[in-house]
Amino acid sequence: MEYQSQAVAKYYFTAAIGLFLGQILFGLIIGLQYVVGDFLFPEIPFNVARMVHTNLLIVWLLFGFMGAAYYLIPEEAERELFSPGLAILTFWVFLVAGALTILGYLLVPYSTLADLTMNELLPTMGREFLEQPTITKIGIVVVALAFLFNIGMTVLQGRKTVINLVLLIGLVGLAVFFLFSFYNPADLVQDKFWWWWTVHLWVEGVWELILGAILAYVLIKTTGVDREVIEKWLYIIIAMSLITGIIGTGHHYYWIGTPEYWQWWGSIFSAMEPIPFFMMTVFAFTMVNKRKREHPNKAAVLWALGTGVMAFLGAGVWGFLHTLAPVNYFTHGTQITAAHGHMAFYGAYAMVVLAIISYSMPIMRGRAANSNKAQVMEMWSFWLMTVSIVFITLFLTAAGILQTWLQRISDTPMTFMATQDQIAMFYWMREAAGVVFLIGLVIYIMSFFTGGDEESVV
Amino acid sequence: MDEMFTKSMARNIFYGGSLFFFLLFLALTFDTMGVVPTRDNHENLTPTVVAGKMLWEKNNCIGCHTLLGEGAYFAPELGNVYVRFGNSTEAIKGFIKSRPKDGIPGRRSMPQFNFTDEELEQIAQFLKYSSGINTAGWPPNKMG
Repeated sequence: MEYQSQAVAKYYFTAAIGLFLGQILFGLIIGLQYVVGDFLFPEIPFNVARMVHTNLLIVWLLFGFMGAAYYLIPEEAERELFSPGLAILTFWVFLVAGALTILGYLLVPYSTLADLTMNELLPTMGREFLEQPTITKIGIVVVALAFLFNIGMTVLQGRKTVINLVLLIGLVGLAVFFLFSFYNPADLVQDKFWWWWTVHLWVEGVWELILGAILAYVLIKTTGVDREVIEKWLYIIIAMSLITGIIGTGHHYYWIGTPEYWQWWGSIFSAMEPIPFFMMTVFAFTMVNKRKREHPNKAAVLWALGTGVMAFLGAGVWGFLHTLAPVNYFTHGTQITAAHGHMAFYGAYAMVVLAIISYSMPIMRGRAANSNKAQVMEMWSFWLMTVSIVFITLFLTAAGILQTWLQRISDTPMTFMATQDQIAMFYWMREAAGVVFLIGLVIYIMSFFTGGDEESVV
Repeated sequence: MDEMFTKSMARNIFYGGSLFFFLLFLALTFDTMGVVPTRDNHENLTPTVVAGKMLWEKNNCIGCHTLLGEGAYFAPELGNVYVRFGNSTEAIKGFIKSRPKDGIPGRRSMPQFNFTDEELEQIAQFLKYSSGINTAGWPPNKMG
C-alpha cells in the first residue's frame, strides 16, 4: 500500500461483505416464501424481507464503491486522502443509519415506520428500491456529499488520471440522480417516469462508469499493461454505455402511460446496450492476455475476468432477451425480469466490488497476495457463487417463460396465483441454487481467515 | 486497439456522445411531459385517489405486487385489478377487508391491514384510477 490513508477502505469492504451475507440470507427467506407462502408470516411478510434483500444489496454495493474510491483514488492521485478522519466518520454514520433503517423495516410495520419518520412531511417512501424513510434518504445525501468532497479534494490536489476522472464523474452522477428519489408526484405516470431517473440512470448509466473505472484499475495493477491502452478502452466502453444507456431508459416507458414512440427509442437503443458489456469482456481478456507481469493474486484476476463475462451475460444478453417492445409486451413484470436482475447485479456490480476487494484487501493486510491455500478457497467461492447465479437465472427464466405462456399467451389464460402453483418446481430449484450460493459466500468469508505457508508474498 | 485511434478521440466520443444523447433524452422528456396529460387519467386524480396513493406507498404494496408491471412479482398485477374484479371498487374493498390475520396455512396471503372504511375507499379509488391510464394496450389480457 503506497499511501497510509488508503487503509480506510478496509472498513468499507468489511461492512460490504457483512451486508452481502445479510442480503443472501434474506434472499433465501423470500425464495422460500415463494413456495412456502406462510413461512414467517405474519412476522416477516414477503414485502419486508424483499425490501431488506434489495436495500442491503444497494447499500453493500455503495459501501463497495466508496471503499474502492477511497482505496484507488489516493494511489491514482499520488497523494494521501484529503481527510481520512472524515472518511471514517462518514463510514460510521452510513453504517449506523443503514442498520437503523433495516431494523426499522424488521421491527415495526412499514406504515408505523412511515409515521415515526414523518413521511407525510415529504412523502418519498413505498416506492420500489427507494423504500428508505425520507430521513435516511437525506442522510444518504449528506454522506454522499461528504464522500464526494473528500475524494474530490484529493483528486483536485493530486494527479488527474482518466480512472480518477471517470470514477469521479460516475460517483457525482450517482449522487445527482439519487436526488430524483425525493420527487414523488401524485400523478402515477409522472411518478413512474421520474423514478426511473434514479433507478435506470444509476444501474444502466452512471454506475457503469464506476464499474469501468474500478475494472480498469484492477487490470492496470494485475496485468501491468500500459495505462494509455487501458484508458483508451475505458473511454470507449463508457462512451458506448452512455450513448446506448441514456436513451435506453425508454425500455421502461413502454407500458406506464408514456407516449408510444418510446417503444421505438427504447427498443433500438437498449438493443445496443449489450455492446459496452461485450467490449468489457473483450477488454478484460485482451488485457490479461497482453499482461506484462504475473501477478501473484490469481483470485483477483479471476474476479476481473468473471466481471466481464457475467456482466455481459447478465446485463447484456439477459437484458436483450426481453428489451424489445413486442417481446416485453408479454414478459413485462414476470420472472424474466427477476432472472435478468439477479445475473446483471451479480455479474456487473457485485463481482466488480469483489474484484477490487480481492485485489486490495491482501495489500491492506500487508501482503501482495494471499497464500495459495486462501486463494484456492476464494476461487472455489468464485465458482460456487457464479455457477449458482447462472442456475438461479436459468430457473427463473424457465419460470418466466412458463408464466408468460400460461398467464398471458395461452387460449385459456390462468390467473396469477394459479400460474404460480404451476411453476413452483422452478422456484424450488432456484432456492436450492440459492443455498449453494450461500455456501459459496461462506467459503468466501472463510478465505479471509485462512493463513498458509506462503502468507507473506510481499 | 489501432494506433490510428487515439485516446483523445476516445475521450471526445465519450464527452460528445454522452452530452448529445443526454440532450436528446431531455428533448424527448420535454415532449413526453406534453403528451402525458392526454394519457395519464389525471382528470380522475381526486383528493381521495391522492390519499389512496399515499396509503399504497405507506403500506409498501409494491413490495409484493406489480403496478403497471413494475414492482415485486410475488402477488398479482394491480394496474388492471379494477377491471379484473368486474369494474367494482366494492369487490376490491371486500378482498382487502377479508384477509385472514394469521395468513393461510402453506399459502401466500396478503396481510390484514385493518383499514378504516375511508381508507378502503381511498385505496380502491386509487386502483380504479390506475386502471384508467392509457398503457398502450398492456397487459395482454385481464389476468395481468
